[in-house]
Amino acid sequence: MTIIDNTTADVPSGPLLEVRDLHVEFHTRDGVAKAVNGVNYSVSAGETLAVLGESGSGKSVTAQAVMGILDMPPGRIPRGEIFFRGQDMLKMSNEERRLIRGQKIAMIFQDALSSLNPVLSVGYQLGEMFRVHLGLSKKEAKARSIELMDRVRIPAARERVNDYPHQFSGGMRQRIMIAMALALEPDLIIADEPTTALDVTVQAQVMDLLAELQREYHMGLILITHDLGVVADVADKIAVMYAGRIVETAPVHELYKRPAHPYTRGLLDSIPRLDQKGQELYAIKGLPPNLTRIPAGCAFNPRCPAAQDICRTEIPALLSVTERDGTELPGRGSACHFWKETIHG
Amino acid sequence: MGRYVARRLLQMIPVFLGSTLLVFAMMYALPGDPVRALAGEQTVDPAQIAAMKKDLGLDLPLWHQYWNYLTGLFQGDFGTQIASGRPVADIISEAFPITVRLTLFAFAFTVLVGISIGVFAGLKADTLRDRALLVLTLLLISVPSFVLGFLGQYFFAFQLGWVDPNVSVEASWDELFLPAVVLGSLSLAYVARLTRTSVAENLRSDYMRTAVAKGLPRRRIIGVHLMRNSMIPVVTFLGTDLGALMGGAVVTEGIFNIKGVGYNIFDALRHREGATVVGIVTLIVVVYLVTSLLVDLLYAVLDPRIRYA
Ligand SMILES: Nc1ncnc2c1ncn2[C@@H]1O[C@H](COP(=O)(O)OP(=O)(O)OP(=O)(O)O)[C@@H](O)[C@H]1O
Ligand code: SF4
Ligand SMILES: [Mg+2]
Repeated sequence: MTIIDNTTADVPSGPLLEVRDLHVEFHTRDGVAKAVNGVNYSVSAGETLAVLGESGSGKSVTAQAVMGILDMPPGRIPRGEIFFRGQDMLKMSNEERRLIRGQKIAMIFQDALSSLNPVLSVGYQLGEMFRVHLGLSKKEAKARSIELMDRVRIPAARERVNDYPHQFSGGMRQRIMIAMALALEPDLIIADEPTTALDVTVQAQVMDLLAELQREYHMGLILITHDLGVVADVADKIAVMYAGRIVETAPVHELYKRPAHPYTRGLLDSIPRLDQKGQELYAIKGLPPNLTRIPAGCAFNPRCPAAQDICRTEIPALLSVTERDGTELPGRGSACHFWKETIHG
Repeated sequence: MGRYVARRLLQMIPVFLGSTLLVFAMMYALPGDPVRALAGEQTVDPAQIAAMKKDLGLDLPLWHQYWNYLTGLFQGDFGTQIASGRPVADIISEAFPITVRLTLFAFAFTVLVGISIGVFAGLKADTLRDRALLVLTLLLISVPSFVLGFLGQYFFAFQLGWVDPNVSVEASWDELFLPAVVLGSLSLAYVARLTRTSVAENLRSDYMRTAVAKGLPRRRIIGVHLMRNSMIPVVTFLGTDLGALMGGAVVTEGIFNIKGVGYNIFDALRHREGATVVGIVTLIVVVYLVTSLLVDLLYAVLDPRIRYA
């Protein structure tokens, strides 16, 4: 058995982004909150990685560390590496990182209304990307902004380019966020719950648009969500996070068919399903741990129906998952002492 | 927008009439009258006084006097000082520029220093430098301005001899420096605190995080994204404060013996020169109304979410 390590950095066509053993902690009044505790993941061009997990599991903090927008202080990165195209971004100067942001890696946030500047027109905010990074004139930048708005299918882009964020609907605002991320055709987009704040009816439209643009530009995409339903259609692989660790990784459809971690199983069981109509919905009992006092051993043990003594003392490593006969299951890993029982059980 | 401005301008009419009438009535109700004040210690024949009052229209009932004043005003006549015989318009055009200069000087000081301190503190909220600046502003708020004025005079004029304790009739810019600092210090403290809170709050906002994620340079993030938003409440405050500064200038002029509007109001009050007092107060009210309209319009420019209809 080997510790899962997707290291392919030595291969020329390696992953775009590779996070290795990333740790992030926040120094708060109640002590040190260990928000991220050794995350490993990678994304290649054209690939979509979905990051899944309950609130507070460290999905956004990991993304912010990649983006270089963590609040430091109170945040701190005591350990870890974040390779972008083979270079550790944590070793770069502020200016080097700034040039990556927006141009190479872009981010889409959950709440477009608060994430857009309320007093600047959307045309200004889109055009700013071209003016600052490409040195275009105001006029050229405006023309490019209109193109972008067309690109994300905002009706009457030419008339609306000077409007302000509050004058758009929620779905249209999120399209503007997508347009802004897309402006300089980055290699990687991180979308942090891009549809959570939207009406159910427009969620699918926005998600489809994002997936379509990603295919077209052959970008890597990290899609953070706690909605398992959204993930199935668009993601290639999934990383499930719990208390700042990745507890399971798998190609998307395999995860749904055969989870190899009790936490993932709990998440899947709590999705409402048509054939179970009328039955009471399953919910994982208990609450996520306080990050200043993460339980010893497996962080999930107080809530796990399969927990044994060893779970309370030893942290399970993320190990590769195999078939009963030992055949490798590519891309699959589980951080559970009893993964075999869980997947084959 | 045009309709809004028109409505606001129309609203000024009743305010204008109300404030003039109020001041007029107050002058009327005060004991003593300008003719007697003119006579001073001398005993004058009561009949002579009555004749003079009749001449000046001072024997008429309040409403009639007010009417005469208003009709004069609409013909551009602010009235005449009884004692000196000078037109009130002359007095105003002499005194007003001095007060306006003092006010603008204090205002500029408030804006420049207050906002700088506020931004400086707000960018590093809850650090030592932030706390130190907060304490300083608290001190400025709690010390009355006349105390500050006398302290300034004591140190800079009497101890160090850097400035003259009294401002000359010309009231040049350099002479007005100390009075302007004294006049502006209270506003400065408020502006600094307001700016600090606003900056610190906006610094935590989501759109600031977006600006960083866009890869914008720091000076642009602060200078454009942060400042445009942080200045909205500050500008509103500054607008109303301009009027308050003008009122405060009247007191500061007293401390430094500046021959501005404040001095003339006191003088006119003492001699019961109704026309002078009403004229000056009315002008201050108009300035206040106009600036507050301008500020509201500026507010709409700064914050597109505000629309006046
Ligand atoms: N600036 C900060 N200061 C202090 N603690 C923070 C800060 N940012 C995040 N945290 C803590 O880090 C932990 C992980 O937060 P994170 O935002 O990554 O969760 P998440 O998985 O994205 O959850 P959600 O689904 O709610 O977005 C949380 O417990 C949070 O309190
Ligand atoms: S390690 Fe133990 S507690 Fe943790 S998920 Fe597996 S069985 Fe449950
Ligand atoms: Mg989050």
